[in-house]
Amino acid sequence: MGGASVVGRTTVTVQVNGQERRLELDSRVTLLDMLREHLELTGTKKGCDQGACGACTVLLDGRRVVSCLTLAAQCDGREVTTIEGLAPGGELHPLQEAFIRHDGFQCGFCTAGQIMSAVALLAEERAGSDAEIREFMSGNLCRCGAYPNIVAAIREIAQQGGGMP
Amino acid sequence: MSVLEYRRPEQVAEAIALVSADPGAAYLAGGTTQLDLLLKDGVVEYGTLVDIGRLPLRGTSVVDGVLRVGAVTTMEELAADAVVIERLPMVREALLSGASTQLRNMATIGGNLLQRTRCRYFRDRAVAACNKRAPGSGCAAVRGPARMHAILGAGENCIALHASDLCVALVALDAVVGIEGPDGQRSVPLTEFYVMPGERPDVENVLAHGEMITHVDVPLPAAGLRAQYVKVRDRASYEFALVSAAAALRIEEGAITEARLALGGVGTVPWRAWAAEDLLRGRQADEANFRAAAEVALRDPYTVPGTEFKVGLAQRLIVRTLKYVSGAQT
Ligand SMILES: Cc1cc2nc3c(=O)[nH]c(=O)nc-3n(C[C@H](O)[C@H](O)[C@H](O)COP(=O)(O)OP(=O)(O)OC[C@H]3O[C@@H](n4cnc5c(N)ncnc54)[C@H](O)[C@@H]3O)c2cc1C
Ligand code: SF4
Ligand code: FES
Ligand code: FES
Repeated sequence: MGGASVVGRTTVTVQVNGQERRLELDSRVTLLDMLREHLELTGTKKGCDQGACGACTVLLDGRRVVSCLTLAAQCDGREVTTIEGLAPGGELHPLQEAFIRHDGFQCGFCTAGQIMSAVALLAEERAGSDAEIREFMSGNLCRCGAYPNIVAAIREIAQQGGGMP
Repeated sequence: MSVLEYRRPEQVAEAIALVSADPGAAYLAGGTTQLDLLLKDGVVEYGTLVDIGRLPLRGTSVVDGVLRVGAVTTMEELAADAVVIERLPMVREALLSGASTQLRNMATIGGNLLQRTRCRYFRDRAVAACNKRAPGSGCAAVRGPARMHAILGAGENCIALHASDLCVALVALDAVVGIEGPDGQRSVPLTEFYVMPGERPDVENVLAHGEMITHVDVPLPAAGLRAQYVKVRDRASYEFALVSAAAALRIEEGAITEARLALGGVGTVPWRAWAAEDLLRGRQADEANFRAAAEVALRDPYTVPGTEFKVGLAQRLIVRTLKYVSGAQT
């Protein structure tokens, strides 16, 4: 049962990258701000803050969502995976390595969101062709225009048959 | 907005009671419209959000040839539904043409029906004239640059578009909205659910405060109906429609025995092109008749300089989509 004992505040218990976190927050706090401001997980980026760019993409119960339009309160009792959770022991996820190999970024601001989205894309089995990759990655914008290299990185891992951690 | 109460009741009746009793309360489903308008644009104000995302209104069932879709089923879940894939491919096309995978994982079917307009004057608090946001203040869009705006059902008081893709397919298929309020349940055909702006652009549909959409019923068409949803937009993907069409034809011995046509990107409400359907029924499935249907579908538009192009674009899209579903070469 969600809800506040204190006016305007909410208690949230959430698994973040496999670790249980319990926070008492202003009810207006988004999942994105909870991660960045309260848990100091700054890998997840704030681009537009209005659902339009995908920079803030994380996995919620295994499905990709934009964390800027999700309330922290909505995540109570659920599991969140961020870019930090892909390389828990410091060993990079195959997609992270592929992005480096293919030069899948310039400034890097969109990259965490691209990679989280791509992890979900592979799990959804929607990386069957370049056209399919482009269509189902379209929620992640890249102002530097690294798209061809992003597609190449995803294609490589898809052809190797997955890349789920 | 200074203080926000977040509530997540476990029962439908409890959620309805909470919102009904409090004029400052509103439902929160996926949040992709609600949180944007409340926390980011600051153009709506609520003291309490009642989260309905985990209510037992999720998933689908088929009863007597009708697909019942729970209101908090997400767009991605519905697009992956086996019955939708097999029997309602046009609904799947409309769903997957909307927003991004991330947003579709969050956005619910009830929320999609109730999404607010993308009119940028409505979403900008610095703009004073917006009859939808501030009744009686005028309409900045009819005088200022407009593009993503409506040309049908529009008037000088408001040209705001209903931007849903899904709803275009659903009005074409005679979907029915299941509603529950403090006084019980009712059903309203989706074609009668929305209210055109007229003198009151702030009133968008027939829901009373506190009434909840619990489900949407979609009658499953009999085999042989060919249907397609086509969306024309400024980008190849992840963009709202400039114009879209949901068209379905049943053709027996060359003659059209069933015609369904709805339009997106042009209406203040998801637009059912009744007159075009009447014209097509009983006629030959040929290009001359498709052109005539396109003509009547766009009769009497209300355009401003930025939206004039939509008339011709919509007509060409109608002809192209009808040709495709008729099986003709395009
Ligand atoms: C960047 C972006 C791009 C988009 N592109 C598209 C697109 O191309 N095509 C398209 O069709 N849509 C598009 N959308 C809109 C999106 O589909 C809607 O925001 C979404 O469907 C709303 O659903 P939700 O569950 O998030 O609703 P919420 O935001 O939670 O709620 C929306 C409204 O409905 C009310 N509400 C929700 N559920 C119920 C219910 N069951 N009963 C009563 N009231 C309810 C809420 O109180 C609120 O007023 C886009 C959105 C964004 C942010
Ligand atoms: S078109 Fe409607 S929503 Fe947009 S500014 Fe005019 S009144 Fe407001
Ligand atoms: S920051 Fe969330 S989508 Fe842009
Ligand atoms: S690398 Fe700069 S925005 Fe994508």
